[in-house]
Amino acid sequence: MSMSTNKSKSAATTPEPGKGHFVMKSPLSLLWVVGIVAVMAVPIAAPSLKLLFTFAMAKGLGVLGVTVLLRAGQVSFGHALYFGIAAYAGAFLMAAMPSTDFLIVLVAGVIGATLAGLFVGLFVVRYRGIFFGMLNLAFSMIFWSILEKFYHYTGGADGIRLERPTVFGSAMNHTDFGLVLYYMLVALMIGLGWYTIRWFNSPVGQLFQTIKTNETRLEYLGISPKRALLSGYLLSAALCGVGGVMMGMAQGVVTPEYVWWVRSAEMVFIAVLGGAGSVQGAFLGALIYEAVRTYASVYAGDVWQMILGGFLLVIILFAPGGLIGILQSLFKRSNDKTGGGT
Amino acid sequence: MNLAIFLLALFDGVAYAALVFIVALGLTLIFGVMRILNVAHGSLYAIGAYTTVSLTGWILALGFAPVLAFPLMIVSAILVGIVIGGPLEYFLLRRIYDKSEVLQLLVTFAVFMILEDVQRLVWGTQPYFDSSALQVLGNISVFGVTYTIYQLILLPLIAVVLLLGMRFFLRHTLTGKLITATTEDREAAQSIGVDADKVFLFTFIIGAVLAGLGGALASPTTSILPGMGADMIVLSFAVVATAGLGQIEGAALTALMIGLGRSFAVYLYPEFSVLVPYLIMVVVLLVRPEGLFGSPAARKI
Repeated sequence: MSMSTNKSKSAATTPEPGKGHFVMKSPLSLLWVVGIVAVMAVPIAAPSLKLLFTFAMAKGLGVLGVTVLLRAGQVSFGHALYFGIAAYAGAFLMAAMPSTDFLIVLVAGVIGATLAGLFVGLFVVRYRGIFFGMLNLAFSMIFWSILEKFYHYTGGADGIRLERPTVFGSAMNHTDFGLVLYYMLVALMIGLGWYTIRWFNSPVGQLFQTIKTNETRLEYLGISPKRALLSGYLLSAALCGVGGVMMGMAQGVVTPEYVWWVRSAEMVFIAVLGGAGSVQGAFLGALIYEAVRTYASVYAGDVWQMILGGFLLVIILFAPGGLIGILQSLFKRSNDKTGGGT
Repeated sequence: MNLAIFLLALFDGVAYAALVFIVALGLTLIFGVMRILNVAHGSLYAIGAYTTVSLTGWILALGFAPVLAFPLMIVSAILVGIVIGGPLEYFLLRRIYDKSEVLQLLVTFAVFMILEDVQRLVWGTQPYFDSSALQVLGNISVFGVTYTIYQLILLPLIAVVLLLGMRFFLRHTLTGKLITATTEDREAAQSIGVDADKVFLFTFIIGAVLAGLGGALASPTTSILPGMGADMIVLSFAVVATAGLGQIEGAALTALMIGLGRSFAVYLYPEFSVLVPYLIMVVVLLVRPEGLFGSPAARKI
């Protein structure tokens, strides 16, 4: 697990399915276990941080979707679309059928995001590079302007409320529901993170990543790169959808801001900050991002964007592997025998 | 739709298209030469507008004639190009030409984030408005429709002059030919003695000046708010991508298409006005993946 970023570079050219699983001996894997335990302890040990972690995990799931696409060398500047569609799907469902179970809201959101991903994906998988990014942007902006302008249905810029759903049939108060969401997010983070790592190592995932290294060879093998890209695109849309609907339930209100292009760019930003292509990096990046955003906006007022922008520049120029890359090199230095991945 | 409304929509569209074209021209020039899609272009546009309003307000407060607003627009645009554009290329972009497209985009996005806060720190969040340049030129009546000369004649005129000027510059002057040569094949150009670094710096400054000029020219027609750069960058992206990246004449036609589409939508279906540019972009790119005027790139195996 710890070597996933290193592996990905060689994995795409020499597929070694099954080699990227949990390596408990490496100290970095141990760190992840400690990290997850720490995250689970947050609501008890430091309740004031609970909301920060909730938002970070929800956003991290969206970032995971962007990370998937980065593995194919594609960057989408419109993935907030799926984040937003899922949240709105959840909100509309709650408005139509009050006291729906939160699992149903989650599933509805993911279905909404995946269907939208299929519709948009069928178009955009024909494009690569900047055009891929810009077409995604265009679709997200279309949805954004629909949300803004058709306020009879969408509430316009104020958005709509996402009423608190029931949990397995019982209505919950605010605090308890927050806890349910929190541990649900932890479970989703572990489950979907694990699934995504497995998916990268699966045959479909390997084909998908070959789009980055050598797309023409895929065609020579008789495989449709479009179909390979579409499979990853659907996964990324679904992951963004999970993040979006969880975020909507955590915030209790859904606004067009969810879909605004700066949010999409932010997700790409977090993915690169954490370590482009790394599953753990997506969540680590989201946590750092939310923390900087929260504390910088309290202590540094108007300049939090500037701080984050500077942070991003430093990462890209001096630590292109992102936070995960920094962590890995630290561990490699202290424990050199685990560095056999390359 | 009667004649008056038709004319109004037409004039709105042309005036708007002229502004978008000027900004998109800088964006597509930078992309064509340096292969970088500069997200910070929108910030340069906004800063151009802010600078113009501040300078104009200062000059008017000193008691000078409002006609000075016009040279001040050019001054602001050049300031934006030299004070922000130059250092941006020299200290930052120069280091990332060998990086992947994604990272280049993100570097300019980081610059965009930083510049957004710089604007907020320098100019605050309250809107600015100064239409002295608009009033100096007065109005004109066309078939009973009164419109400002500034928007109906000056803006399109500047856009056309810039389009023709850029064509002439790139094809018939030595500097322009050096830029074209570097665009075609950087290594070959360097091997015959072209200083590619200098060409890139110069191109980026020109592009930044155009962004600043777009903002400066837009400043009398709209109130200047935080976030105006973000709106403009997305729109000029749409123009540039629809035209085909690096296509200057194409950008002019696409800007006109998108400008007219948007203004007619404002009068006919107001809900769709924001949608139109993106719809046009999606439809065009679905039919012609390289943009209206782009040519498919040769495949490398």
